[in-house]
Amino acid sequence: MSLALQTFSTVKDANSALQASGTRYLGGGTLVVRAANEGDVSVSSLVRVTEPSLSQITISGGKARIGASVTMAAIARHPELGMIAPAARAVGGPAIRNMATVGGNLFAPAPYGDFAVALLALDASVATEDGEMPIETFLAGRDTGRAVVTAVGFSLPKAETFRFLKVSRVKPKGVSVLSIAALLQRTADGAVTAARIALGCMADRPIRAKAAEKALLGCKLTPEEIAPALAVAGEGITPVTDPIASAWYRAEVLPVHLGRLLLG
Amino acid sequence: MELRKSYFADVRKDGLNEIGQPRPRLDSPGHVTGKTAYFADRNFPGMLHLKMVRSPHHHARIRSIDTSEAEKHPGVVRVLTAKDVPHNVYTILILIQIGPEDETVLADGKVRWKGEAVVAVLAETERAAQEAAAKVKVDYEVLPAVFDMEEALKPGAPIVNEYHGQNYYLYDSGECRKVRFGDVEAGFAQADHILEQSYQSSPIEHAPTETTGCVVAPEGNDRFTCYTNTQAMFFTLDNASIILQMPGSKLHFVGGTVGGGFGGKVDVIVEPIAILAAKLTGRPVCFIYSREEEMQVSSPRAAEKVVIKDGVMKDGRIVARKVTGYTDAGAYSRHSPYGAQKGAAHYPGPYTIPNVWIDTYCVYTNRTPSSAMRGFGVTIGDFALEVQMDKLARLIGMDPLEFHFINAYRDGDMKAHRQPTEGAALIECMQEASRAANWPVAEKYMAISSYGKGE
Amino acid sequence: MAKVPVQFTLNGSEKAEFVESGTTLLHALRDKIGDTSPKGGCHQGTCGACSVIIDGELRLSCLTLAETCNGADIKTTAGLAEGGMLHPLQRAFLDAFATQCGFCTPGMIMAAKVLLDRMPNPSREDVVEALSGNVCRCTGYEPIIQAVLTAARANSQNAA
Ligand SMILES: Cc1cc2nc3c(=O)[nH]c(=O)nc-3n(C[C@H](O)[C@H](O)[C@H](O)COP(=O)(O)OP(=O)(O)OC[C@H]3O[C@@H](n4cnc5c(N)ncnc54)[C@H](O)[C@@H]3O)c2cc1C
Ligand code: FES
Ligand code: FES
Repeated sequence: MSLALQTFSTVKDANSALQASGTRYLGGGTLVVRAANEGDVSVSSLVRVTEPSLSQITISGGKARIGASVTMAAIARHPELGMIAPAARAVGGPAIRNMATVGGNLFAPAPYGDFAVALLALDASVATEDGEMPIETFLAGRDTGRAVVTAVGFSLPKAETFRFLKVSRVKPKGVSVLSIAALLQRTADGAVTAARIALGCMADRPIRAKAAEKALLGCKLTPEEIAPALAVAGEGITPVTDPIASAWYRAEVLPVHLGRLLLG
Repeated sequence: MELRKSYFADVRKDGLNEIGQPRPRLDSPGHVTGKTAYFADRNFPGMLHLKMVRSPHHHARIRSIDTSEAEKHPGVVRVLTAKDVPHNVYTILILIQIGPEDETVLADGKVRWKGEAVVAVLAETERAAQEAAAKVKVDYEVLPAVFDMEEALKPGAPIVNEYHGQNYYLYDSGECRKVRFGDVEAGFAQADHILEQSYQSSPIEHAPTETTGCVVAPEGNDRFTCYTNTQAMFFTLDNASIILQMPGSKLHFVGGTVGGGFGGKVDVIVEPIAILAAKLTGRPVCFIYSREEEMQVSSPRAAEKVVIKDGVMKDGRIVARKVTGYTDAGAYSRHSPYGAQKGAAHYPGPYTIPNVWIDTYCVYTNRTPSSAMRGFGVTIGDFALEVQMDKLARLIGMDPLEFHFINAYRDGDMKAHRQPTEGAALIECMQEASRAANWPVAEKYMAISSYGKGE
Repeated sequence: MAKVPVQFTLNGSEKAEFVESGTTLLHALRDKIGDTSPKGGCHQGTCGACSVIIDGELRLSCLTLAETCNGADIKTTAGLAEGGMLHPLQRAFLDAFATQCGFCTPGMIMAAKVLLDRMPNPSREDVVEALSGNVCRCTGYEPIIQAVLTAARANSQNAA
């Protein structure tokens, strides 16, 4: 058995092909081809779709729709996606960014998935042929779903409301020790009225720091006022241990970096 | 770069025209045009791919190996186990009489480290070889493993390598290499201060950009051409000849172009099994480490532990040095007995110390066999020694560089392993360093020299 | 094993081959077409030695399937020197001792080329960023960064 690629022009046909065992969708291939190269023989067939809508970015009415095949490089250079460009630029080196897709990032296991962390903070929706679902629902079920993701959609945040931080040991291209994205709504005097904080590497997939989100409500972003949020940032996390960092280390430094992101 | 001709003007021949001049590398035009031929750039029709089935355990007895499913896998041409290797137990340094033979080309009855080669699968494609390798069934009885050198040396520790019988290399001097010079205990008794510290390092992988490997092509006349990135061409040729029980004249080695080695490509690992595979199948064979194999399976620099006890006088003289060094060979010797021995000669450092006592152990553990890497046997020792030197200087409240001048060896000084010092230039280097780094020392140290007794 | 046709332009000339489905572009170039200038250092996307330029963009040939490149315009370091004349980047790498074992060099040159094509006068930070996906274990990077900056200067002088 070798690895075979099937190319379809419609998502519908690809979805039926994906039902066969040993079959996976091919996005940019940075994870799935890599696994095959490394001797993972569980995948014997790859499926891809050439439908043009999957490669399109549409911005209208304050909302963005990014096709699943759009690459990190395309997002990083898009004039209207400046506020989330840092999260796209955080992925890999230049060649990886030219290949890595949004769809693939949604499936990337920790320590990868930096862009998905940003999408989780933005409360994005994930579209398949069957409709749309909130990204949290999608992430929870991503291991069992077999449908092609066609796009992600989200409301464009105002520049000052969205923050993203990736911490890595190698600069500029290291793999994440952790990544954090935060969407913060604040009153004119700076008190937080709504917060969504997403964490990468704090589980096998992006998760929310719900206790910290709650603790931030009503706070101004000062060291004193955010302290309670930092204290509970690690609630419910089970960080990954890998060659980049141990679970212990990740848990220890999370409040430090969350503090820097909030105060920065 | 400036060449200071004033130093050693009377002892140096002055025909040096190349040193200090940048010269173009002969191989760089090939590198920048992509024309340089590395071993993996050789491709032959019908070439087979070799994939290794490796031990998932640190230490285990092999109860049985079942290759039947793998052999039936489409695309598989041959599956090799220990019994196929003519002389399966070898050791690299046997060429210079450093035995016993202690390592298997393919595991026989036992595995001693996680990643050890057990079964070689040969197939038409890499993918078929990977799939078939996944079908080889090895039944292991897991044994207790030991990863720490001091644990390994304790009585009752699991024996890692039966070919040695104990968890250390037995030198002609006994369980360790020893250097005895003067009377170290008398030195400590006389010293104003004593400082004992221990230093430790982890294994370090060379991580060359090109992974280890070779391509072997049968020449059709019972002779085999092996394109390899070995850093040790003749070691590899001779060891392959022993392992394969073939005269060296049947083996044609082509190499010299190495995509980064740093000492990591001096072991003899991929070539013998690939040549054997080419011989038994009559087909060209390539055996190239994956990146994961390069990082996990190829030998790293040894983990080392160095315990240094120094006796020092208030005036800066080191009067006694006692060092115990441990080199973690992993499960097999490879080049480690030699590395540990180098350490024994090296630990006094480039310093003249009247009383020296050194023991260095080459220890076997169930870790990945270690081997050569840039200055192995001395690099970690130098780290330990120089940190120790700074600590000593601090202890007696002396400038560290002046402290080095006081103890620096000079021509004619007897070294602890009883080689008289010759051609020392440490003092001159430190004088230059003092100027270059703008770290002034007392004028008297700028006036001394390595070969006259100044001061 | 199913063979599929692949057809693309490589360094200006048309190439057509049959490869097994699922073959990476790296294997197709090296083993089928005979351009061994892209190197396989990891097959995981981490070393950049296999970097090539596909339709003007830097890509990793080890993670790209050959059959997805039909109709593409592919460039490799082997095609850079024109009529025996070294490209300014090649010249600069040679002069700056930016190549030791040479295994990373073809990939480095590709990464540097897409940078200079897009940004003729890059800053040092731009160069570091552009090369960040390429590993060199020999040089310590500094000579490579200097080579790219030198080539950029040479280019702009020629243009002036
Ligand atoms: C050297 C290197 C560095 C990297 N650095 C980073 C980093 O810094 N940050 C980071 O986040 N990631 C990193 N990655 C991981 C990876 O490149 C990214 O996560 C990327 O976004 C994955 O996308 P892809 O299109 O390449 O996925 P693929 O490999 O094509 O697919 C990955 C998985 O997702 C599934 N999939 C992909 N698209 C779809 C779809 N539309 N519908 C359904 N299933 C789909 C595939 O079937 C597969 O299981 C790195 C990878 C490499 C090799
Ligand atoms: S071989 Fe492609 S990135 Fe290393
Ligand atoms: S020159 Fe050897 S890896 Fe760069």
